[in-house]
Amino acid sequence: MARYVVDVMPKREILDPQGKAVLGALPRLGFDGVVDVRQGKRFEVEVEGDVDDDRLAEVRRMAETLLANPVIEDFVVTVDAVTDEATPPPAVGEEPSA
Amino acid sequence: MRIGVVTFPGSLDDVDAARAVRLAGGEAVALWHGDADLHGVDAVVLPGGFSYGDYLRCGAISRFAPVMTEVVAWAGRGMPVLGICNGFQILCESHLLPGALIRNDHRKFACRDQRLRIENNRTPWTWSYAENAEVTIVLKNGEGGFVADEPTLERLEGEGRVVARYLGDNPNGSLHDIAGIANEQGNVVGLMPHPEHAVEGLTGAGTDGLGFFAGLATLAAR
Repeated sequence: MARYVVDVMPKREILDPQGKAVLGALPRLGFDGVVDVRQGKRFEVEVEGDVDDDRLAEVRRMAETLLANPVIEDFVVTVDAVTDEATPPPAVGEEPSA
Repeated sequence: MRIGVVTFPGSLDDVDAARAVRLAGGEAVALWHGDADLHGVDAVVLPGGFSYGDYLRCGAISRFAPVMTEVVAWAGRGMPVLGICNGFQILCESHLLPGALIRNDHRKFACRDQRLRIENNRTPWTWSYAENAEVTIVLKNGEGGFVADEPTLERLEGEGRVVARYLGDNPNGSLHDIAGIANEQGNVVGLMPHPEHAVEGLTGAGTDGLGFFAGLATLAAR
């Protein structure tokens, strides 16, 4: 079993009202010096079998199709953990999607 | 004119939309999200509400409901489709309309009688309005801010596909004060305010919304 992580963030040019709300709350709680907060989503997707390029590509398709809306969000897919024995996770961190 | 109104789990305004269709002289046909069949309707309304609890993103799960496969296919063949509020969000998630709708810039739910200008009266849904008619229609949304990249906005403006624009204060941060847009062919319209709540003098903000439903009935009768 392998766990893939999909991190979804609103694109930089898209207003992020939730992040703005958090940014507004932090100084009220005494946290000074916070310049910006943006809020996204993290998905942990567990998939049968070993980590391989096909599975990674499939998780990317999941992200494009459902988990993220590419019109307003960017996403990054990484391999979080391999719960099977030997296979080490390949180096993955991908560039944000266009 | 048989107009289907889709009910998703969490739809809120399907009954009002069906009522508006009947008041305008059409026949309202109840369509179910899990049914991959439009039952021979001539047009479809995707009503407002919180389909699938707005989980993930508004409209993101509804887009994959079996009925939407049919709606997308028939929209491509020119069937008139109107998405109101949550229905507009579903149309954007389905890529039947460009752009997306995000949380209101002021972060509060907006509920008010909203002045609008109907800038495109060449769609089957707006046909009965005079060009640039100013109307008052109920608006109620938490995630009604229309966003799109600059080339998309230019195309929408250049091709006259902004169907309705907010007058007065922008209620939700929509770019270019956009309240509603149409696809290239003009048969698919998404609208954030709720014309189905403005169809009777007794309740709501008057009857300015009736034209969205009456126009279609008139068009069919011609």
